Amino acid sequence: MGISPVLWQFLIKWLTNSALFPPEASTVAPWMDSLYFFLLGMTVTGVVLVGAIVTTFSLRYRRSVHPVATQIEGSTLLEATWTIIPLGIFLVAFVWGALLYFRIYNPPVNSMNVYIVGKQWMWKAEHPGGQHEINALHVPTGQPIQLTMISQDVFHSFSIPAFRIKREVIPGRYSTVWFEATTPGEYHLFCTQYCGTNHSQMIGTITVLSPDDYKKWTEESTSGMSLAQNGERLFASMGCNACHSGNAAARGPSLAGVYGSTLQLTNGSQVQVNDAYLRDAILNPSEHVTAGYAPIMPTYQGQISEDGLIDLVEYLKTLDSNYRVQQTLTTSEADQAAHPASGAVKP
Amino acid sequence: MSEPDNTILRLPDQSTARVPKKNFITAEDGLLSWLLTGDHKRIAMLYLISITVFFFIGGAFAGLIRLELLTPQPDLVASDTYNKFFTMHGVIMVFLFLVPSVPATLGNFLMPIMLGARDLAFPKINLLSWYLYVVGGIMVLTTMVLGGVDTGWTFTTPLSTHYLNTHVVTTGLAVFVAGFSSIFTGLNFIVTIHRMRCPGMTWFRMPLFVWSHYAASILMVLGTPVLAIAIVLVMLERLFGIGVFDPTKGGDPLLFQHLFWFYSHPAVYIMILPGMGVISEVISTFSRKRVFGYTAVAFSSVAIALFGFFVWEHHMFIMGVSNYSALVFSLLTMLVAVPSAIKIFNWSFTLQQGSITFETPMLYAFGFMGLFTIGGLTGVYLGSLGMDIHLTETYFIVAHFHFVMVGGMLMAFLAGVHFWWPKMTGRMYPETLSKMAAVITFIGFNLTFLPQFILGYLGMPRRYHAYPPEFQILNVLSTAGATVLGIGYMLPILYLAWSLKYGPVAGDNPWQATGLEWQIQSPPLTENFTEIPIMDHEAYDYDWLEHKTKPEVTTVG
Repeated sequence: MGISPVLWQFLIKWLTNSALFPPEASTVAPWMDSLYFFLLGMTVTGVVLVGAIVTTFSLRYRRSVHPVATQIEGSTLLEATWTIIPLGIFLVAFVWGALLYFRIYNPPVNSMNVYIVGKQWMWKAEHPGGQHEINALHVPTGQPIQLTMISQDVFHSFSIPAFRIKREVIPGRYSTVWFEATTPGEYHLFCTQYCGTNHSQMIGTITVLSPDDYKKWTEESTSGMSLAQNGERLFASMGCNACHSGNAAARGPSLAGVYGSTLQLTNGSQVQVNDAYLRDAILNPSEHVTAGYAPIMPTYQGQISEDGLIDLVEYLKTLDSNYRVQQTLTTSEADQAAHPASGAVKP
Repeated sequence: MSEPDNTILRLPDQSTARVPKKNFITAEDGLLSWLLTGDHKRIAMLYLISITVFFFIGGAFAGLIRLELLTPQPDLVASDTYNKFFTMHGVIMVFLFLVPSVPATLGNFLMPIMLGARDLAFPKINLLSWYLYVVGGIMVLTTMVLGGVDTGWTFTTPLSTHYLNTHVVTTGLAVFVAGFSSIFTGLNFIVTIHRMRCPGMTWFRMPLFVWSHYAASILMVLGTPVLAIAIVLVMLERLFGIGVFDPTKGGDPLLFQHLFWFYSHPAVYIMILPGMGVISEVISTFSRKRVFGYTAVAFSSVAIALFGFFVWEHHMFIMGVSNYSALVFSLLTMLVAVPSAIKIFNWSFTLQQGSITFETPMLYAFGFMGLFTIGGLTGVYLGSLGMDIHLTETYFIVAHFHFVMVGGMLMAFLAGVHFWWPKMTGRMYPETLSKMAAVITFIGFNLTFLPQFILGYLGMPRRYHAYPPEFQILNVLSTAGATVLGIGYMLPILYLAWSLKYGPVAGDNPWQATGLEWQIQSPPLTENFTEIPIMDHEAYDYDWLEHKTKPEVTTVG
């Protein structure tokens, strides 16, 4: 009675399709939610406490009941109480939050790396096996996945609410985040940093698959070339091997096994070679000259896309001998066969 | 005449009472006498009118945003238009309403009187600050007419420098100019508080309203120049490509955010501290008691101002800053939350043993305490590093800062406007209607912003023109709340305007309050005091007030 059946149906449909709490689909989500409920408890307690104090005093000391006020200066004891107790609670929130933060932003060593490139207004995902996705990401359960992300233009932010993770995607700099999915299903991917006209269209779907389904998916959707193979091809076509040939007399340093090593630079500093260093050294070589070499490498700023840089970095990661570099140099045609580049044939 | 139990409001006999013929409003006639005035009270009125205009323009944009978000589809306006809406809403509300709201209107009007001075230290700089504000405001309106700007109020590089072809430079310049108006106000306040206190007005006899303005002024003077630098760099980068924020030229895009938030985090304290001052005055007056722990409240204002400068990086926890620096900033953020908690409890305990009445300003003050408690505690979620990862850049942030800025600051502003309205105009507003407006505002506010906390935890990003359909019901609730809130804000402007002509004559001290401003006529004379008062008692000394008024009462008898 009263409410029209049409409206009623509308309400039911609406309420059943509405979300009030996001799904928990990663290992970190339950941790995040327990901190959330701790903080929620703190808020409710705080608000109820202040509400109760104000209401009680308002009733007991309203003018009709308590016509003359009694002046009170203050109370050091009370003031110390409400300084120390909130401080204590806030410090718990600080420690708890810090533990979670370090957990989310420090990937485990056995994680699988997926590259993400953000641009106005789409997400490109590149799996090491050469699977490319746009506004989508397929991941297996039970495997830590590290995302190495970079933006081609403005700030973006990669957010998967069901995993409770988010990280800014920055132009000119790699940022990383990791997660381990637990529940197969489809989840929202949002860009949460305002990035221009179609900011709200820069969304996608995260598909979590069981390890078997994921294997099937990788086999079905491979482009035939891994990132490292793309990188090898780019390495040859840009002529990098002309200098970085690995010969004793070469004008550039040997790149075999350079990834993960520690380099001495001409400016006196020592660096650990990682993705970010390799990227910077290609784009801005004059600032990153290995000791003992002349600063003759030209900049590749604007000549290689972020995707290309990722391919090159992946290639250099797998490069543990100069055999193939010299092969491509001596034979005029690059060997583009689809077998793995990494040291399949050792000299 | 026996007094009613439920109010302290004491108006003079309306059949004989008149608003004093000679006061700062009637002192001179003509538009020029207003535009060239050096009187802090007249400048305050100019500010009050101009910020009200901008509040309603900014509010209209908020209304349009909520209307668009009624449905998940981007169907009301184009995406670019929507982006311009939230940018204009943010720019106008932050730089043209919230920053000047309490300091430039109530602070300007009351600070010299509370200190027993005839004017601020630099009346002409005070007028200049209003002109700069107006120039900034007109420039913002110009960008609106020319087609708007869509950077968001945060002007994030490189979006603002390289990727948008809207009126970024004009808006930046407007913010730059309006920033100087705020620097001048802060400077004026600091000098006035140091140099212009009347005899006997020691630092710890000053009303807490003055203390909170002192803290806010320090932030204005030290923080705003950094914003000006950041804005100038954005303009140089955009016009000449100097490359400080451009990674391809060796610049750092994140540097802009460091500079921007170095101002814009203290700016939230610029906005909230003066509001806290209002709440101290109102709660004391309507519970007839000295503020519980006066010194703690005074020092907590200063503590907020000092800590406020060292927490800016908490806006950037997910931006790839060093994990260890994030740790330090998170800890400092937790520390800055403590003085706010102290204030809330001190206000609550001011009520203890008081003699409380519930007039409109008090209702707004209660609203402030509830909403600011929620706003402040939800800030702890965002200061807690791990939680921030999930919540930042979502509607949780939107809800959090609206609880602080609108639920806190705007409530405080309205409390203050109602509290001092009889002093400023000499007339009372209609009491029942205004109580209704306070309640409507409170309900509307909660309905608008509570659902946004849930949306935020669900992950709905801010500044989204379209959203997944399962978020609709919460957005509908929020839009419904915004409608109620809109009514709550329309009412005061109507009845306050009405009261200017038809409101009952207020008399000098309708609330029986202790401040020096209540011991002079309403509206005050241009020179405030016929002779400079001597402060011979503490602030909020209700015994002093009673002894002072006794002789008068017996003669009227």
